[in-house]
Amino acid sequence: MPRVLRAPWLLVLPAALVALWHFAVAERWIVEGIIPSPAQVLDSWYTWIFGSAQATLSPYSGTWFDNVAYSTRRVLQGFGLAAAVAIPLGLMIGWNRLVAQVVDPTIQLFRPVPITAWLPFAIAVFGIYDASALFLIGLGAFYPVVVNTTHGVRDTNLLLLRAARLMGARPATVLAKVVFPSALPSIFTGLRLGIGVAWTAVIVAEMIAVKSGLGYVLWDAYYVGRMDICVATMFSVGLLGYLSDRVIVAAARFLLRWRTLEAHE
Amino acid sequence: MSGAPAIALERVRKEFAKGERRVLAVDDVDLAVEQREFTAILGPSGCGKSTLLNMVAGFEGPTAGRVLAGGAPVDGPSPARAVVFQEPALFPWLSVFDNVVFGPKTQGKPAAEYRAGAAQIIEQVGLSGFESHYPAELSGGMRQRVGIARVLVMQPQIMLMDEPFGALDAQTRSLMQELLLEVWERHHQTVLFITHDIEEALLLADRVCVMTARPGRIKKTIRVAIPRPRSIEVTTSPEFNRLRAEVFALIREESLRAAAESARAGGAR
Repeated sequence: MPRVLRAPWLLVLPAALVALWHFAVAERWIVEGIIPSPAQVLDSWYTWIFGSAQATLSPYSGTWFDNVAYSTRRVLQGFGLAAAVAIPLGLMIGWNRLVAQVVDPTIQLFRPVPITAWLPFAIAVFGIYDASALFLIGLGAFYPVVVNTTHGVRDTNLLLLRAARLMGARPATVLAKVVFPSALPSIFTGLRLGIGVAWTAVIVAEMIAVKSGLGYVLWDAYYVGRMDICVATMFSVGLLGYLSDRVIVAAARFLLRWRTLEAHE
Repeated sequence: MSGAPAIALERVRKEFAKGERRVLAVDDVDLAVEQREFTAILGPSGCGKSTLLNMVAGFEGPTAGRVLAGGAPVDGPSPARAVVFQEPALFPWLSVFDNVVFGPKTQGKPAAEYRAGAAQIIEQVGLSGFESHYPAELSGGMRQRVGIARVLVMQPQIMLMDEPFGALDAQTRSLMQELLLEVWERHHQTVLFITHDIEEALLLADRVCVMTARPGRIKKTIRVAIPRPRSIEVTTSPEFNRLRAEVFALIREESLRAAAESARAGGAR
């Protein structure tokens, strides 16, 4: 089906959910005053983004961009740090048996510990500062990237390795010119999972370990009973997470052009 | 050095550990391939002929005996002994041209030195106009041509070919055989060619070594005295038919022996 004809179908389910939400509030199917209506959320979200013409007492007026910038910066820094460590490490674990034996069991032991369980530790060590948030985001994003990179390296076709060695490639060249490109699809899978975890981690960290960003707003709004702002925050995070995933997918499409050709075969 | 055969196998034996058991893949193989000679190793599947090639390539070492190239022991893969694999084993993320020049490029040769040669070889194997295509965009036959071009560009003294046309359809296969004959007439490398196809072996090779079923030994070596340059037409000549009948009988004898042996092994269990 052409893309243009497919578009309306994409909107069916979201529209139905918003309609259900609207009527559930308007018809009082749910207890009044707890869940705001879609219109209310949209209105508060608008004020949160663009501010209000009248003088207002709302502490949220016009602060959306600032908070989005805080959270986005933390995600990018933490995620960047995680990728910068996890990709080379994953390559080494997959490539070298000794590195795998020394490092891999420790990673697998720490991996099941949820990042939420690291919160007290992070605050105790790094305090209520950015470093706490970056530590949690980086740690969360690290695992999927390192595991998928390792997997990608180990999946490299033996014949390609033999062919490269035969054509005179030294081990370092084989790693850079054969193993890395061959693992790249898997690395991108890890990055997509990692950016998702990074957004989860930033909200958790900002709720408790720092005093700015969307996670902070979310928790603060909940405390003062502004459920409309809470819902607007949830949508904001969803939107940002979706956009950052699209950016990674676009990068993957560009770098893995040879693969899309394969899929169309 | 010039007097030594291009490839020599001396009492070569290769065992594999398969769980608790040890499997004898190749036993007591003596083989000498002269410089510029085209030798085919012909045998049923599972006779260890690919193992033989992997040892000459330097991917595996023998359990006993010696493998020599130009008189020196083989201790690892080298561009001087290039391999064309059964699957083309191309780098899917590189274009045809970049696949072809991977060897000289990784060996640090300047581009000016190999570009012209690469273009010429790409033309010889009939891939002109496809230089910027990715392997995924090519047919199986074209991919194998890239695999051959990639090896030719390194100007190896020795070419090792492991059933390179085995995965192609019959039509494409005979075209590729003609292409290989043409290329070989031009370069005259030493070739060790592994196949289970009798006609292919007789069409291409100066000498055909027929192997026994597992453990692989060389049962008989047959000289193919059909004059060169050859083309696909020689397959209808009386001499070719006589050789085919001879090799067919040898192979059949071997298959029957293997079948009887496995039946006996089954009965004993």
